[in-house]
Amino acid sequence: MSDTPPHGPLHAVLDRPNSYIGRSVPRPNVRRLLQGRGNYVDDIRLPRMVHVAFVRSPYAHARIDGIDTAAALNSPGVVAVVTGAELAEYCTPWVGVLSHLAGLKSQPQHAIAIQKASWQGEAVAAVVAETRAQAEDGVDAVQVQWTELPIVADMETALDDQTPVIHPDLGDNLAWQRSFEAGDVDAAFAAGTVVDEEFSFGRHTGVTVEPRAILSSYEPAEGRLTVHHSCQAPHMMQNIFATHLGLEEHDVRVICGDVGGSYGIKVHAYADEMATAALSVMLRRPVKFIADRLESFLTDIHARDHRVRARMAISESGKILGIEIDDLTGIGPYSVYPRTSGIEANQIVNLTGAQYTCGNYRAKTTVVFQNKVPMCQYRAVGHPIATAVTEGLVDAAAAAIGMDPIEVRRRNLIPDDAYPCTAATGLSFEGLSHHRALARLVELMDYDSLRAEQERLRGDGIYRGIGIATFIELTNPSAMFYGVGGARISAQDGCTLRLDAKGNVICTTGVTEQGQGAEAVMAQVTATAVGVTIDKVRVITGDTDVVPYGGGTWASRAAGIGGEAAVQAGKALRENILKVAGIILQAEPETLDIREGRVVDGADGNDRIGLDEVGRIAYYRADTLPKDFQSELVATRHYVPKLFPFAFTNGVQASWLEVDIETGFVTLLKHWAVEDCGTVINPQLVDEQIRGGVVQGIGGALFEHCLYDDHGQLLNGSMMDYLTPMAAEMPDIEVAHVETPTADSELGAKGAGEAGTAGAPAAVLNAINDALMPLDVRLNIHPATPERILAALGTVG
Amino acid sequence: MKPAPFNYIKPSSIGDALAALGEHPEAVLLAGGQSLLPMLNMRLVAPSHVIDIGALPAMNEVSIADGWLRMGALLRHCDLAASPTVAEAAPLLQAAARHIGHPAIRNRGTIGGSLALADPAAELPACLLALGGRLVIEGLDGERVVEAAAFFTGTFETALRRDEILRAVEVPVLAPKYRSEFHELARRLGDYALVGLAAHGQIDNGGVHDLRLAFFAVGDKPALAVAAARSLEGKSLSEANIAAAVALLADDIHPIGQPGYGERTKLHHCGVLVKRALSRMAA
Ligand SMILES: Cc1cc2nc3c(=O)[nH]c(=O)nc-3n(C[C@H](O)[C@H](O)[C@H](O)COP(=O)(O)OP(=O)(O)OC[C@H]3O[C@@H](n4cnc5c(N)ncnc54)[C@H](O)[C@@H]3O)c2cc1C
Repeated sequence: MSDTPPHGPLHAVLDRPNSYIGRSVPRPNVRRLLQGRGNYVDDIRLPRMVHVAFVRSPYAHARIDGIDTAAALNSPGVVAVVTGAELAEYCTPWVGVLSHLAGLKSQPQHAIAIQKASWQGEAVAAVVAETRAQAEDGVDAVQVQWTELPIVADMETALDDQTPVIHPDLGDNLAWQRSFEAGDVDAAFAAGTVVDEEFSFGRHTGVTVEPRAILSSYEPAEGRLTVHHSCQAPHMMQNIFATHLGLEEHDVRVICGDVGGSYGIKVHAYADEMATAALSVMLRRPVKFIADRLESFLTDIHARDHRVRARMAISESGKILGIEIDDLTGIGPYSVYPRTSGIEANQIVNLTGAQYTCGNYRAKTTVVFQNKVPMCQYRAVGHPIATAVTEGLVDAAAAAIGMDPIEVRRRNLIPDDAYPCTAATGLSFEGLSHHRALARLVELMDYDSLRAEQERLRGDGIYRGIGIATFIELTNPSAMFYGVGGARISAQDGCTLRLDAKGNVICTTGVTEQGQGAEAVMAQVTATAVGVTIDKVRVITGDTDVVPYGGGTWASRAAGIGGEAAVQAGKALRENILKVAGIILQAEPETLDIREGRVVDGADGNDRIGLDEVGRIAYYRADTLPKDFQSELVATRHYVPKLFPFAFTNGVQASWLEVDIETGFVTLLKHWAVEDCGTVINPQLVDEQIRGGVVQGIGGALFEHCLYDDHGQLLNGSMMDYLTPMAAEMPDIEVAHVETPTADSELGAKGAGEAGTAGAPAAVLNAINDALMPLDVRLNIHPATPERILAALGTVG
Repeated sequence: MKPAPFNYIKPSSIGDALAALGEHPEAVLLAGGQSLLPMLNMRLVAPSHVIDIGALPAMNEVSIADGWLRMGALLRHCDLAASPTVAEAAPLLQAAARHIGHPAIRNRGTIGGSLALADPAAELPACLLALGGRLVIEGLDGERVVEAAAFFTGTFETALRRDEILRAVEVPVLAPKYRSEFHELARRLGDYALVGLAAHGQIDNGGVHDLRLAFFAVGDKPALAVAAARSLEGKSLSEANIAAAVALLADDIHPIGQPGYGERTKLHHCGVLVKRALSRMAA
């Protein structure tokens, strides 16, 4: 149920007779994937391939006193048993810090832990065998002598004097701290009504359908490494493998074929994946590692786990006067390489309150080490937290002054005509549409009727609530996100288009397909910009030997950045084709156009010659072309955002739900999302990104939580106990769009991949609190489980 | 997540299966595999032999004799849910079957597997307790019958000896004026219950008789709330009477908490379930 987006002002380059922009064309790979013919890393079998399984620490913190590998080496099928010290000969350690997060520190991390394990699940030895089952048998036979070390589990006490220091070399358990202040915060708080809230966000993780997977193959005769890798950023991984395995970058080929979901989980350098690559060099044969579901819970990065104390001051007329937050997060024992584990905290500081005009803002964040699974970037990094804090405060403030939550937002959101402008936190905004989006939402959900229904049902003892969440989303990052801090991660992306002799267009691009449909978007843009029908376009992604250098897929960048590179390459290729056609047809190229795969007269559309004919002549009968002319039926263009560091988008979501105050159970009744990602290239893909994102946001708000005990043991690391959101509990999600294209590119597309996740938790928690308002109860704990709701109600102690 | 190596045996008669069990002290039986296979893959068990009884003849039948409904141990959850005979003779079982996992699990999982496994959060053990059922067990030296109340002895523990096979389950055919209610709280459709209740009793002359309130997912095995049920004997299921019975639950049930779901919340939920079940029974 989505509106067909009313088109914003499209640039001429895309406003063409056979434009695919704004059309829900099916993705090129969908038929193959739905027929079960996907080719995921685990489907690939190479000659002499062996499998690795890891001996993982059962303790959250323990010294390795000895590893007895003798029995494992005798286990059937076992090829090698390798410890951290042995593998260190092949793979250098890394440190996950970036210079723009000044002061961030971390300990060097090895592919396999050497002296001690620092979280439950860290690999301390590798067993390589003919089959995965034999490797697991070998793992069972390895004997590790452990001495348990004191554990840092609770982030609240990680910096206390009595708490042991995890990495003595670092001096303390503080990874990073940042403070920020703008305006006159103290004066603001002295002037208004103040609400004071504490929010907490549980650790959760991404749960990709396809787990992490890598198959690494080393050819010693050439010194070349080929890595089939389920990942998001092949060129980043190419650099990392080369750097740490001592290879030349061009001798490393990373191939990222079908990927079964990533959500940010697969954009990091994982120790066990580095170990797999190093083992393939050491053993000189292909080594495969497929994380199983249990080790996924213990090794895939976790995210969130923040505690935020927050205050907001508001005037009687509903003007937000000041915001103050104090954030604390525990990131596990290492800052994750290469993006670091400081980004989520940094985002919270940057994003909180940034949709509002309030200029008085103080923020502090503290990032500590602890003995749990490392935390790092997962879909919508920081946004769900910043949004839940901001919007939770707004609702509390609205209630405090007795104003409708929609009205308070209207009075504080940055006006739609105020752009470009800069937020209190220094973020610059090119153009957002908070007010138009809010108006659209109010209309879509029929806000007034819903309020009336809520009131009526309260009379029957039924507690329903409405939760609103406005937000901004960071997309299309420039080099200001990672590159500026020293990370070798490309913010730029490229696209090469080639016309073949039959008039088809081959598109190679640096962005990757994760199952989200990036290849469909690239095909749509290419077909439109060149002027061919989409069935003539073949898109190739994810092979560093083949595609232009680029960043890959993360931070909602594939469509906006990769798409623009395709627009520019498409324009260039069209021009090149028309030069050839002009010669053949004895016409000025400017008078010609390409439509539906044929060269036509630009003025009246009269058919002149097919692209297959142009291709035939250019490739096979170049002798018929002038001697001073060389055809170039290939074009490469690159794009990196230049005008703004980020293309911010905006949106607003609403949740309508019912709380059973006897059981504490929440039933989600309906969810609405209005968002502005600029040009909507493929409405269906955008809507499904929003819906999927909302579902993951709901996961964090109600279900997902990595539960740990005081010994740093993960208590629910299986699909049985860890509650991913499932279809039956999800509400109908209605999506609508406002389009404010970015002028940074001709395509005008911003990102849409994380907006759903950014806003959903805030909307759901606000709705729960709205439902419980008559009972004078507030709850700011994610996930809001039945037990927590009953505790807030005072039903259980 | 690959099982440790094991040998696979597929006997064609229950006698052969029992013989194989006797011969291999480290063997396990495989029925629908919905619990055993995950346990094997997670290496929670590493048997020397897996004896597949899934194809044994005449072990999935539903029949009625002498006032008892008899169901073969290999009856699958989906067939339990779909059987008109079960719906009539033991509607509680039919109501419960729908809550066991997801369709894919119900298509393979068997009632015998569920009862023999004795997961404290499983639906069927509590139903047997509520209905006063019994289990027919076969060993090398013949058949024995164990009352449900004596069968479930602890977490994943039963009166079954390791060389025996659960052959069938029997419950009394629904008697006149008896009604049952099945309620459970689960976070997501198809999950094991946070807590659940199988209630069974007779409504006559405005009063309730012979009420049995069997909880599951409360402790190490299904538990009858004896005092709460007795307090209602012969009484009407009025709001006040129900509330008084709920107040007695704390004496009857001593729930064991789980991460994020403590025993106090569980006990509170038991009360909510009793209230909901009995109000519907009264309606
Ligand atoms: C995702 C998922 C969700 C589930 N949810 C639920 C749920 O909500 N409620 C619920 O009750 N169950 C649930 N189950 C378990 C399911 O009901 C299983 O089918 C059942 O527990 C075991 O039955 P089975 O036939 O598959 O037995 P198997 O897995 O084959 O065997 C289980 C155990 O019982 C033993 N056994 C089996 N049959 C016999 C017999 N005749 N005599 C002696 N021993 C025997 C086996 O040796 C083994 O130890 C779930 C399972 C999964 C995978």
